Amino acid sequence: MKMPFAGAIDCDLHPPMPSMAQLLPYVDDYWRDQITNRAIDRMSFAMMSYPPNAPISARADWRAPNTARSDLDTLRAHVLDAFDLRFGIANVMHGAIALHNDDMAAAICRAVNDWLRAEWLDREPRLCGSILVSPQDPAQAVAEIERLASDPRFVQVLLPVMGEKLLGRREFFPLYEAAERHGLVIAVHAGSTYRYAPTIVGWPSYQFEDYVAQAQAFANQTISLVAEGVFRRFPRLKVVMLESGVSWLPMTVWRTDKTWRGARPEVPWVDRWPSEIIREHLRLSVQPFDAADATAVAQTLDRIGSDEMLLFSTDYPHWQFDGDDVLPDGLPPDSLRKILIDNALATYPRLAQGAAAGAVELAREDVR
Amino acid sequence: MSRHVVCPAAELPPGARKVVVVDGREIGVFNVEGRLHALLNRCPHGGAAICSGVVTGLSQSSGPGDYRLERRGEFLRCPWHGWEFDMATGQSWCDPRRTRVRSFEVKLEAGSDLVMGPYVAERYQVTVEDAYIVVDL
Repeated sequence: MKMPFAGAIDCDLHPPMPSMAQLLPYVDDYWRDQITNRAIDRMSFAMMSYPPNAPISARADWRAPNTARSDLDTLRAHVLDAFDLRFGIANVMHGAIALHNDDMAAAICRAVNDWLRAEWLDREPRLCGSILVSPQDPAQAVAEIERLASDPRFVQVLLPVMGEKLLGRREFFPLYEAAERHGLVIAVHAGSTYRYAPTIVGWPSYQFEDYVAQAQAFANQTISLVAEGVFRRFPRLKVVMLESGVSWLPMTVWRTDKTWRGARPEVPWVDRWPSEIIREHLRLSVQPFDAADATAVAQTLDRIGSDEMLLFSTDYPHWQFDGDDVLPDGLPPDSLRKILIDNALATYPRLAQGAAAGAVELAREDVR
Repeated sequence: MSRHVVCPAAELPPGARKVVVVDGREIGVFNVEGRLHALLNRCPHGGAAICSGVVTGLSQSSGPGDYRLERRGEFLRCPWHGWEFDMATGQSWCDPRRTRVRSFEVKLEAGSDLVMGPYVAERYQVTVEDAYIVVDL
């Protein structure tokens, strides 16, 4: 389905991954020395979940390099202008989050965030950013949130769906506290740091299996966030699942509700139906929408029981759709405005403020 | 509505329960610290004999890591799937509007009152000197 009107908010688009050479200006002398003299700058830091040459990682007609224009102009032409977007949230899932060296991971995450701010957000007012953090070191992750929170163009904190621990664990609560306090959303994006096998029964042989298995990780994280009482403790927090697929949700919610009825005393802070908690606090992006056809999409939405959980995304440049059929067929016409605009404004306090102020531009002047 | 004498009070001291058959229905009668409850012995979920479940309290919390057991002795937990029911009302704690165990009025009555009225003594010869557990169907 084509974009029905202008002004949509794309909650998941990906600028090209910066090379280490591009990031070097954004690290301090110590890390520049380490990175160059240890030849770390020759590494691509591409996430193994997204092999750069795999067909899914970039649509063929978006892949061809065009040296005549900048990366930003390319992104404008392919996405921002092509779909007449009001805002696009840029997510850079840099491989630094998989490093075991917490300090190097934090230094590169800072560089990625500063690069995103200087090379993209400063140059294109329609773009918003995610604060990339390495969740395995919550103290440094919180410090990075605090460092950037005063910039209203950062609207969320970006975590991989498969890190070292389930995201409901209390060691992550300081991240959630900081995010809630600053009006930032927690975004959980597909991808693994491969601390563990990406399937719960061991290592797969093929990327094909890895890709399919991601949905299980999103289901696991959803249950963890509910069972650990994250939303009881942080009642204003929203978690957005990016590139999660959608079809796993109704089944997971049903099982969680059903099991809660008997297992409730074990987690007494879960004091209402998990489905209610999930509907209130969790959001999912619509690309890719893993349903076979328009009927299946409509049925999935019906089983979720709400059209307020879905957020529009292109997942640019991943090959999730062809041509300009940017929306899955089968979304109810009455829900399109919500999915394309209103749900994002209700989910992201900073986008709503930006929209209310008339422009993110104004806010930007305050930060400088 | 009919009233049934189900047992002498002495057979149901605090902490005791018994399942009786009244008018062909299995009913669990409980004495929890002097409070009497009568519930149909059938869980509305899967049909388990719920009156053999654990009598316990309600786990409550003000947030992650905080645990309190409140309302001790007021809840019956089904032995099959652990669903919790408020013994005073028969209502499921999770789903009070749609899921409930049928509950009945139950009282302690003096034998002197019972021999006068239109009561049905299921299995007991009621005498004036004793007290009895009476269930309303």
